[in-house]
Amino acid sequence: MMTVSLPEGQTTATRPGILLRLGGALYRHPGLQLALLLALPLLWFMLVYLGSLCTLLAQSVLTFDDFTMSVSRELTLDNYRQLLSPANLDVVLRTLSMATLVSLASAVMAFPLAYYMVRYARGWQKGFFYVAVMLPMWASYIVKVYAWTVLLAKGGIVYWAYQTLGLQGIVDWLMTLPLIGGNSLTTSNLGRFTVFTYIWLPFMILPIQAALERVPANLLQASSDLGASGAQTFRHVILPLAFPGVVAGSIFTFSLTLGDYIIPQLIGPSGLFIGSMVYTMQGSIGNMPLAAAFTVVPVCIIGLYLLGARKLGAFDAL
Amino acid sequence: MHSDQSDRASWWLRLLAFGGIGFLFLPIAVIVLYAFNAESSGYSFPPQGFTLGWFAAAFARDDVMAAIGLSLRLAALATVLALLLGTLAAAALYRRDFLGKDAITMMLILPIALPGIITGIALLSAFRLADITPGFWTIAIGHATFCVVVVYNNVIARFRRISTSLLEASQDLGANMWQSFRYVILPQIATALLAGGMLAFALSFDEIIVTTFTAGNEVTLPIWMLNQLSRPRDVPITNVVALCVMLMTALPILAAYTLTRGTEDIAGSGK
Repeated sequence: MMTVSLPEGQTTATRPGILLRLGGALYRHPGLQLALLLALPLLWFMLVYLGSLCTLLAQSVLTFDDFTMSVSRELTLDNYRQLLSPANLDVVLRTLSMATLVSLASAVMAFPLAYYMVRYARGWQKGFFYVAVMLPMWASYIVKVYAWTVLLAKGGIVYWAYQTLGLQGIVDWLMTLPLIGGNSLTTSNLGRFTVFTYIWLPFMILPIQAALERVPANLLQASSDLGASGAQTFRHVILPLAFPGVVAGSIFTFSLTLGDYIIPQLIGPSGLFIGSMVYTMQGSIGNMPLAAAFTVVPVCIIGLYLLGARKLGAFDAL
Repeated sequence: MHSDQSDRASWWLRLLAFGGIGFLFLPIAVIVLYAFNAESSGYSFPPQGFTLGWFAAAFARDDVMAAIGLSLRLAALATVLALLLGTLAAAALYRRDFLGKDAITMMLILPIALPGIITGIALLSAFRLADITPGFWTIAIGHATFCVVVVYNNVIARFRRISTSLLEASQDLGANMWQSFRYVILPQIATALLAGGMLAFALSFDEIIVTTFTAGNEVTLPIWMLNQLSRPRDVPITNVVALCVMLMTALPILAAYTLTRGTEDIAGSGK
């Protein structure tokens, strides 16, 4: 398989081919090899990605003229000052509280599932659970959101379910509550919260599962040998060791909720999210500088969050 | 955390675990069910009847077929670019330690770690500055950028398990660079490339947030879906398209999983 048939007259025996000599040179000079391998990906990311991010950042200090609706090259910090206006702070707070609640809810739902996967799933169940978490995670985002609008629609499945179960009264009461209620499930914060939690839940399950997999079995034996009950072992051994996994998962649920603008647009009441703010600012209004300043908010929040998560050991759980 | 005892989970833990899986599959079941729904508008449940008719109707629509074609071409191009860039990066980084290595790894992950809206608007502002009209190529550039990391993750995990002595042996035996790559490295990373490529394909085919910024007037399949959602009409057609998009993203994932099953690093465990 390794033999190469060469055309007549080529004297490779005495003079090694250019590829061969190049290979040798690269082997002797790892630095050159590294440079050759990295050149293309590095160039791409520097030019396309970092270049774009810098352009975005630069945009955030340009001036947007409200009258002419155009951007001028005058430098200003006005866009950042505008972020602190009550209306814009509202947007940030609304997004942050949703991201926090979604992260908490996903953690609560994900933990038992991940725990079962690691501790009790054997044989076929192991593969089944893994695929059953991975498949919904990767299945099309927009289709999943669409499916929820179908589920929550008037006369749809959820509607049918609570009618059949005689829970109409409870749903009606929930819809009258401030903050979580609304005219219907589709336009309520409860509906939006459900969809967000659903969409990001798998991103919480997998890191918790990975963290639980790494809890050494002999610690559990030691704990029970020392007389701890199942609940005590769980509380004092498993939970602390799995916590970095929860934090790792919350990085995803938090950051993904923070940047989303499609779910807030399709489900829930009319208040804007950071994502929808950025989208409308650059789109229909054309105020790219303010939109750019707004993107700095999630970047800073996620940056701070990552610093905190690192302290809690979340990166070892990824 | 495998303890030796073969005890069974308590009933409530089993309920929570299987209930969680049920929750995850509820919307997927809905999509499958409604694609065959005979009703021509609305989402009433239980369905009034079932038909295959909407499939024919959907595939007869020019806008649907154009969107499918565009998304397929984009995903194919983004996958090829991601395979090239991701494999090069993985080959460069898998066994060397040098200053700035962490920064480079971070940079590869960033497009997928930061919210898509930031990548999207950043690309758009750069394209505007460079006076590039958004269209097919700008979408492809965006997609390739965030697809690199899934290829990179798969390939670097495989590279770490390849013994370097094989490569040295091949070079000692007189193989040139191309031959070493073709006959020694490629057979060993082939399934990782395939798995990474399929994940990249699924990721690109389904992407919407970055795409809405870089698409200009182009309508990819997810954008077509989003347009349908903002002003609901042609409900049965939308249902059929939803099922198709779901299959187009789910099947590559299953295939990638099957390909890498049994190795320590299973494809798809992080998006």
